[in-house]
Order: sequence, then structure tokens, then C-alpha cells
Amino acid sequence: MIKQWFVYISIYLGMSFGVLKAQNAHGNAPENHGNQPTHQAQGEHATENHGASAKKFDLNELILNHIGNTNEFHLWGDLSIPLPCILYSKEDGLNTFLSSEWHHGHKAYNRYVSDHGAVRRIKDASFPSGSVALEGHGEHFIEHQQANGEEVGSITHQGKKYELEKPSGLLAGTSFYDFSITKNVFTMLLAALLLFFIFRYVAGRYKTHPNQAPTGIQNLMEVLVMFIVNEVAKPMLGDRYLKFLPYLLTIFFFILTCNVLGLIPVFPGGANVTGNIATTAALALIAFIVVNVNGKADYWKHIFWMPGVPVLMKIFLAPIELIGVFTKPFSLMIRLFANITAGHIIILALVGLIFVFGQAGQSIGGSIGGAAISVPFTLFLSIIELLVAFLQAFIFTILTASYIGAATEEHHH
Amino acid sequence: MYSAIGAGLAAIGAGIGVGFIGGKGLEAIARQPEAANDLRTNMLITAALVEAVALFACVIAFLGQK
Repeated sequence: MIKQWFVYISIYLGMSFGVLKAQNAHGNAPENHGNQPTHQAQGEHATENHGASAKKFDLNELILNHIGNTNEFHLWGDLSIPLPCILYSKEDGLNTFLSSEWHHGHKAYNRYVSDHGAVRRIKDASFPSGSVALEGHGEHFIEHQQANGEEVGSITHQGKKYELEKPSGLLAGTSFYDFSITKNVFTMLLAALLLFFIFRYVAGRYKTHPNQAPTGIQNLMEVLVMFIVNEVAKPMLGDRYLKFLPYLLTIFFFILTCNVLGLIPVFPGGANVTGNIATTAALALIAFIVVNVNGKADYWKHIFWMPGVPVLMKIFLAPIELIGVFTKPFSLMIRLFANITAGHIIILALVGLIFVFGQAGQSIGGSIGGAAISVPFTLFLSIIELLVAFLQAFIFTILTASYIGAATEEHHH
Repeated sequence: MYSAIGAGLAAIGAGIGVGFIGGKGLEAIARQPEAANDLRTNMLITAALVEAVALFACVIAFLGQK
């Protein structure tokens, strides 16, 4: 047992030092500080490993880059797995290409550029289409300026400045729509596929081996499903539980799988799906629809005309209860988003300590000191995060179930 | 910097709240160990509700960083 743990911790330490070494290899630029042109060239080269070690180490930027959504899976250094970009605009129609066409933001492709994971379009229609190299200084290929309280991005090509549109969004009013398979979308699809095959297999096992003890993954799934049935669905919904059980099981397993995949730092995981406000907003919107569509007359009566209180109080309570209808799914959205994001930020900040103490690879002693602090803490927090991953999936499900239970309850006065 | 102070204040509030829930919950479990399962579930739900308020504050602090 202890031997096993020793092996795990050694692997963990080894991986941490591997990262450290990769960071060191790029951190040699400051040695020729006096020589300006060489420094410039080195600085430009160092940007390839997404700007983390260029000049000064910026922990905030590292964290924000890692918790954000991007169009590629970054592995290490210059290496990344590209993902398909699907962009639609009225004039140009459908544009599909791999995100490797951007060369980590160094190039524009068909007037589209990548700005820290967000796709943006060059406003000027005369900008050449196809692959076009951008001119940048060091790590900055896109300039950000503030004008009238709004962020305006621009790029430089052959000495001329071109303005960028905002990233695509529902109400952003951009000329293009972004349907790209980003890191988050990929992980969501992966989670859905994984669950589909696991449950198909488990259901098949029950059919082919009736009245037998479950084995392997079937065992795990049975425990989790029975947990949701007995701890969530039955106590919260009573005899109406069978109608809502498929929905409850779906959200529980989807959130759990996405949370756990988010804890894996390398390729199949690494996406911060449930720590993305859009994802949790969609989950909360579905909960909102399920609760309100199934709301019985009693539920609406308790909102608009609370029984058993004086008339003046009824008028006073109605707007408060009406706000309550919206704050419940809103709190579901914020809770999941903030819990997962906070966990990721803490782990990234702890790993970032290595580079803060090591001054971005200049001081080996500092790096080792930082690693000595951060590795045990990261291990500890990763275990806490494993608990949180399960707990948040459970909390989301049980709160949704309790809202459904309250909405579908028939009172007998 | 002010947003960090705000996040810290929110953490104090949530800490007191979760501490109360945990303390009282354990007291109740110690008094009536056979009800531990029900109590634990309710403890977690209440803790999540308390925590949500602190996380609202954290998100606002995060947004107010600039």
C-alpha cells in the first residue's frame, strides 16, 4: 500500500520537474540582456510556448489562459492538438479549417484571427483571404486598446493597422457566427460519448446476465445510480420520482464526467467545461424549464397569491416570490461555475508558485523550493477537488430535484 | 486590490456559516447516530446554499478586478 503511494508521488514529482525543465529551456533569454536585437529575437522565439516565460512571468495571465476556452489542446512548448473551426458569415458563407492554420495566433486565416482562444474577424473586407502572416512585437500579435469604454483589438499587416470585430456571441452583433469545436465542446462530446457507451454496455449486461451480481464498471454504475435514486430522487420527489429520474441521472453523470475530465491535466481532459459560465448557464436553463413546465397550479398560486397570509402581505410577497423563480437556477449556475473555477485557479496558482519563486526559470534553487511547497499542496488540493467534483454534481442534482419536488407537490389544505 | 479584500470578507462570512453547519451537524449526529445519513445530506445542501452566497461575492470580486 505504502509502496504504491510512493510510486504515485514519485510520478507526480517527476511530472512536475518535467514541466520545470521545459520552462527552464525557454527561460535562458535574459542572459544576453545587453544585446538588444538578440533579445528581441529570443523574445519572439520564447512566445511560442504561449508567452509564459517571455521576459517576466505573469501568473494572472497563465491562470486566465488555462481556465479559458481555446481552439486547440495545448500539450507542451509548440506542440498542440488542433481542433476544427467552423465559422459562418453572410458574405463568405461557411469556413471550416483546423486551428493549426493560425500557427498559435501568428497568422490570420480567411480574415479570421485567434485572440487568446476567442475567434475574431478583421473588419476590413479588402484584407487578403487565405493564410496571412501578422506582424507583432514579442508575444503580442493583437493590440488591445480602450476606446469609449470598449475594448478594441487591432492587428498589423504590412505596416497597416486593421481593426477587429468582437468575438462572436448571441447579442454581440458580429458579422460572423462561431460554431467551432473548441476544447470545451470537444470534452462535452467526449463525456457524452463515454457515458453513452458505458451505459449501453451496463444495460446490456443486465439483459444478458439477469439475476447475477454486477461486475466491473457495472458495479460502479449501479452504486452511483442507486445513490441518486435513494438519496436524491425518492426523498425529494416521492412517488413521482420515476418521471424525473432520467433527467436527474443525465445531469448528475454529465456534470460528474465533465468535472473529473477537467481534473486530468493532459489531453483527453484539461478543458474547464463546468467552470465555463456558458455551460453552467445552459444546464441551469434546462433545470429552469423542467421546473416551471412541470409546475402545478399550487406552485404558481404560492408565487402569485400566497395562501394563508393577509392580502397586503400577498401583494408584497408576489414580486419577491417571482424573483425567487429566477434566482434559483441563477444560483445553480453560479455555484457550479464558481466552485470548479475556484478549484482550478487554486491548483494553477500553486503550480505557478514554482515559476514565481524560480523567477521564470532563472533560479533553479527557487524553483526547487517552490516545487517542494507546491507539489504536496497540489496533491492535497487535487484530492479535495476530486471530492468537490463529486459533491458539486450531487448538489446540482439534489437542488434541481428539490425544486422540481416543490413545484410538482399537490397540497391538501 | 479592493476586490481581493471583498473576496476575503466573503470568505469570512462563508467560513462562519459552514463552521456553524458542520458543528451543529456533528453535534446532531453525535446525539443521534442512526439519523447520520439524513443529517449528512441536509448538512451538505445547507453548506452549498451558504457557500453560494460567498461564491456570488467571489464572482463579483473577480468581475470587479479591472
